Amino acid sequence: MLGSGGGNGEDIRPAYQAFRQWLDRQPDNRVLRKSEQAENFFRKIGITFNVYGEDEADERLIPFDVVPRVLSGNEWRKLSKGIEQRVRAINAFLHDIYHRQEILRAGRIPQSLIANNDAFLPKMMGFDPPGGIYTHIIGTDIVRTGPDEFYVLEDNARTPSGVSYMLENREIMLQMFPELFAEIPICEVSDYPSWLRRSLSACAPPACMGRPTVAVLTPGTYNSAYFEHSFIADQMGAELIEGSDLRVVDGRVAMRTTQGYKPVDVIYRRIDDDFLDPLNFNPDSMLGVPGIFDVYRAGGVTIANAPGTGIADDKALYSYMPDIVEFYTGERPLLQNVPTWRCSEPDQLAEVLDRLEELVVKEVHGSGGYGMLIGPAASKAEIEEFRAKLKAKPDGYIAQPTLALSTVPIYTEQGLAPRHVDFRPFVLMAPNSIDIVPGGLTRVAMNEGSLVVNSSQGGGTKDTWVLDD
Amino acid sequence: MLGKTASGLFWMFRYLERAESTARLLDAGFRIALTRAGSSRSEWESVLTTTGQLQGFRQRHGEATSTTVMEYLLSDRSNPASIISMVKAARDNARAVRIALTREVWEATNESWMTLDKLLSGRIPEADLPDTLTTIRQQNALVRGATNGTMLRNDGYNFLRLGTFVERADNTARILDVKYYLLLPSISQVGSTLDIKQWETILRSVSALRSYTWLHGATVNPRDIAQFLILHEQMPRSLAFCYNKICDNLGYLEKDYDNRTQACEMAEAIRTDYLGRSMEMIFDDGLHEYIEDFLASNSRLAKQITADYSFEVTA
Repeated sequence: MLGSGGGNGEDIRPAYQAFRQWLDRQPDNRVLRKSEQAENFFRKIGITFNVYGEDEADERLIPFDVVPRVLSGNEWRKLSKGIEQRVRAINAFLHDIYHRQEILRAGRIPQSLIANNDAFLPKMMGFDPPGGIYTHIIGTDIVRTGPDEFYVLEDNARTPSGVSYMLENREIMLQMFPELFAEIPICEVSDYPSWLRRSLSACAPPACMGRPTVAVLTPGTYNSAYFEHSFIADQMGAELIEGSDLRVVDGRVAMRTTQGYKPVDVIYRRIDDDFLDPLNFNPDSMLGVPGIFDVYRAGGVTIANAPGTGIADDKALYSYMPDIVEFYTGERPLLQNVPTWRCSEPDQLAEVLDRLEELVVKEVHGSGGYGMLIGPAASKAEIEEFRAKLKAKPDGYIAQPTLALSTVPIYTEQGLAPRHVDFRPFVLMAPNSIDIVPGGLTRVAMNEGSLVVNSSQGGGTKDTWVLDD
Repeated sequence: MLGKTASGLFWMFRYLERAESTARLLDAGFRIALTRAGSSRSEWESVLTTTGQLQGFRQRHGEATSTTVMEYLLSDRSNPASIISMVKAARDNARAVRIALTREVWEATNESWMTLDKLLSGRIPEADLPDTLTTIRQQNALVRGATNGTMLRNDGYNFLRLGTFVERADNTARILDVKYYLLLPSISQVGSTLDIKQWETILRSVSALRSYTWLHGATVNPRDIAQFLILHEQMPRSLAFCYNKICDNLGYLEKDYDNRTQACEMAEAIRTDYLGRSMEMIFDDGLHEYIEDFLASNSRLAKQITADYSFEVTA
């Protein structure tokens, strides 16, 4: 909310003016009281996540902050144009990489990055997914460093999560402070489930007759994101299935219903490639469906996102994204990439080792904020530990500068206080359209000074407003 | 709908029903203990027998007293048949079938779990028992009310109703199974004060003392009680009422799916065989055998429903 000028209160970003005026008018305890009620609300609706390996707190709440993050209409238009360009490029890249591999032939990215990458699925070669769509759903992680500086931190092209928080955070704000929404023109986010259903249905497989049956595939009630899986299925009126509900019947993937096995047309899967099909991938998987991949290749079912999309959000490939965008769209990238050192290259590794105290080092295949080093916040011992890791397996890591992430205020008992945030809008891709709901998930590092926003590491969330101006 | 979902709804409501039924039994048992009408120890043992928990109880506790039985059946989390465990099981099932429930039903179930989880977390002083049992019944009523008021009357609704009534028929029959000897005509029709208290306890354990009095006046007699609990079609916990509902719900499914399952046939056969006769015939053939056979048939029906509607994976 505050610009770079700091906390003197005279430097409010224009988009926050209306909210600030509202806040100043509130009686002393109202916002604090409401913010305490928010926790009860979330507990009641059961919007929790499970933490692996912690028996006691098996269902935990993600902290919620009542101060919204606000983007002006202009900021949003600029951002969404950039995201659209990037998503289009990612889909074209996936098609290319699983067909003629022109980008490799052109020498724009090294062959080894694909060939030696676990996220690349040779079994997808030469296959056209229904509607030509690989990435039905993408959650692009964006950080901001200045008024006009947005960086893409990650392109989550596998199974991005968090959209239930976008919807429920808005829901609770509407319940707590309805007058805000009457006073301030804020874009709706509630269309997301119907858009999702529409865009999934638009990619029905060739075998589908009539209205497509859509289902969400979850690993089950013990999965950390189970709430979200059931929430999405419920909101878009789709079945929520587990691998044990499915089997291959007459060349189709069919679910066990109270009236026998019925074919499913589109499966929005929330399990990883590896676990999809024990016959084709990890043979130990209990979560998937034996033979589903063969049905997929024969046009009997749509799997969203397509298997093998992980190659596009692989951290080793990330540094090539500007080239990828240019190669497929013929345009300059509208959104910036965070400068990235590839530790696999000796001279870059040397520089990284030299500057570990100031860099962020990430595992190429890591996620969830685990296995990373934040140089400026790390102890000497941690830095030395990473130095050893880097030397042992340089191609397992990339490094990036520590960005001066923008802060937005959170509500604390002592008043407003700045915290670092990131932002994940959700992009829906269908054969003839790309839709981005005006809003997204803002994650906030609740601890003062912290840069880690992951919910598994004490991050919280807040509502995100895009102004209709 | 998914077989798994139908199963989850069926079991969610079985657990809710059983939890409520256990709360009622505890209430009736507690009253006996308070009024010292008869031996409270044998009354507690009969509560344990009715809920099928006598053996499990004996492995954990010695004598059946108000304190030990209450703890075992109310708040003992290691006992899967305690009220707290069953409310949790109902809530776990609800969570697994979240998409087949309205938001209201899910929230009522989840809140009910949170409320009771807190309420039953420590030792409950005897003085608080009536309030505690009332809260349990109220929480259950909230779930039932939300279900009644907001759920679509589709196949899912029929499965949850089937769970409710299969379980309720089982619970009522179990009470009769344990107390049948009190209702035999050979026992004096006049009844000592002690008998009358025992009879009232039976009615209390199905929350039907008032409605019985409404229908029969103040004279409590065992034949009328048996009739009330078995054949009376307006009494919501009678076997006849439960089977009318079960046949209705299976009938709706038959129509909805255009498929007459074996479960439909079986339910109607049970209704004709067991509920299509007079009390005299039941007494003549032996009340105890009748109840035992009914319990077995009822559990066979539950198995048939499980098979006919693909609740589980079969090879």
